Amino acid sequence: MSAFIKNFVNTWADIRRGGNTITVFVLVLFTLTVLASFSNLFIPVDSVFHVSTYTITLLGKYLCYAMLALAVDVIWGYCGILSLGHGAFFAIGGYAMGMYLMRQIGDRGVYGNPDLPDFMVFLNWDSLPWFWLGMDQFWFAMLMVMVVPGLLAFVFGWLAFRSRVTGVYLSIMTQALTYALMLAFFRNEMGFGGNNGMTDFKELLGFSLSADTTRVSLFMITALMLGIAFVCSQLIMKSRLGRVIIAVRDSEARARFLGYRTENYKVWLFVYSALIAAIAGALYVPQVGIINPGEFSPINSIEVVVWVAVGGRGTLYGAAVGAILVSYAKTRFTALVPESWIFMLGALFVIVTIFLPKGLAGLIRGKSASEVGS
Amino acid sequence: MILSPVVKPDVSHNVILYIEGLSVSFDGFKALNNLSLYINDGELRCLIGANGAGKTTLMDVITGKTKCDAGQVWFGQTIDLLKHDEAAIARLGIGRKFQKPTVFEALSVFENLELSLRSAKGVWATLFARLNGEQRDLIDQVLHTIGLTQERLRPAGVLSHGQKQWLEIGMLLVSQPRVMLIDEPVAGMTAQETEHTAELLTSLAGERTVIVVEHDMEFVRSIARTVTVLHQGSVLAEGTMDQIQSNPDVIQVYLGEAP
Repeated sequence: MSAFIKNFVNTWADIRRGGNTITVFVLVLFTLTVLASFSNLFIPVDSVFHVSTYTITLLGKYLCYAMLALAVDVIWGYCGILSLGHGAFFAIGGYAMGMYLMRQIGDRGVYGNPDLPDFMVFLNWDSLPWFWLGMDQFWFAMLMVMVVPGLLAFVFGWLAFRSRVTGVYLSIMTQALTYALMLAFFRNEMGFGGNNGMTDFKELLGFSLSADTTRVSLFMITALMLGIAFVCSQLIMKSRLGRVIIAVRDSEARARFLGYRTENYKVWLFVYSALIAAIAGALYVPQVGIINPGEFSPINSIEVVVWVAVGGRGTLYGAAVGAILVSYAKTRFTALVPESWIFMLGALFVIVTIFLPKGLAGLIRGKSASEVGS
Repeated sequence: MILSPVVKPDVSHNVILYIEGLSVSFDGFKALNNLSLYINDGELRCLIGANGAGKTTLMDVITGKTKCDAGQVWFGQTIDLLKHDEAAIARLGIGRKFQKPTVFEALSVFENLELSLRSAKGVWATLFARLNGEQRDLIDQVLHTIGLTQERLRPAGVLSHGQKQWLEIGMLLVSQPRVMLIDEPVAGMTAQETEHTAELLTSLAGERTVIVVEHDMEFVRSIARTVTVLHQGSVLAEGTMDQIQSNPDVIQVYLGEAP
């Protein structure tokens, strides 16, 4: 037991020093994931230690949010690009996965059409639109999860960063991007299920989505992907590339005069961040069982920024922790007092901005940071 | 490590910077007005002039930050600087130190110097970049020169104003530029530090071309061989400090009416 406590203290000291963040984060994440999964599958339902499948799915959803928050922290915390539209990449990743899941339904839909999803039959379409072709293949759909958001981020970033659009103007443009996509996806003629989006999914790669084992597997895969995204992001930030990114954040003009094409750095970091968000979206959809244009709504993207601010930007683990805590609070409070959540969120953002500019991570690192600052 | 090929300026006529007929205006205000200036290879040149004389604008045009309305800027005989952007000009070997010290505050002194090294500056190159022994030695040597060896691991944001000035000079030194444009290097420095800077800049000239903008006349006198006086966006006079001080035009517009 004493060894355990000693270990814990050492771990804690590591976090405080900011030294071995990678090991600590991955260890905590994987331990909790395995424990929760084990409790669901192997501990009897009537035991107090049993974790319900509902909880597992909820946790999986939180981990997707944590990944999305990580994506925002990579560009906002490290490069100073405040994206208020990252929900768009998350949603597109989700739609790509949704299309695959729709095709998996096959002839088990209400209309029993083996090729056309229900909403297309309802619209009297007689064949699949071209952009649905190939989406019944898992590998192709997963490729599209990455390619479409990646391409969108590249084109958007290329246009915006080449023209040296920065600060609040860029934030407004990202917000406009997600808003425009929301309006587009609401239209039935777009061929993505319009208002209702896509739902009633049956199975993924032949595994029933309602089975406990599938739920637990999706949860574990989400944890694994979050772990990978975290490690990759940490390695990038610890490389010289990461230092250039921080240099761009602190003084972009200076970095240019040192010979760095800062717009290239911003474009590629934006694409990298969009890819993480898209993968998070793709993992989210089979777990919550629905994707609709509401995921594009501007407020979603703003909520992500609040998660990151609460957790502490520029730390990566802070973003993940912030996303999980605030989402948990949302689950709780929307059940108790549904109308007031939006006000609580606003208040939380104001309070954190004023009293905790470095977020919760700032509380942990507070002392060591001030030591450096003295 | 892949080093981008360094294009060497052709200095066969001993001139490294040709600035001809340069004009820049901002909303009708002529910051530079048909300015022509030639800087010799290895020279230490001081630019002086009142506020608004166009000194900083001139540096902005040379380093690609500001586009000019008319005129030409050539680096040696063959490289047209007006066709390059800031990053490309920096890679060609024209380094710059700003008027207000700008260092990367969140990064350590060492990291500030690391980013300034003359090495590949692409996204992929920096992802896998590692310092080699030679580069470490260079950084250590520069840290010693600028007197920040003790502070190497501290964030640059906590340095004093004078130390930030030194760090920025250090960032120029590790980048080993062919031409150094230095805007007000001794602002905020103590008398001793100023003296140290003067020694450093004079020792650099010859191997590198150094262009200094400075208000401190004592300092200019202590380093300058050739001084160029700018006035209302054009060159008013050029010569040694003594010649400048006895030039009637300069006395009238710059040093005041009374001789």
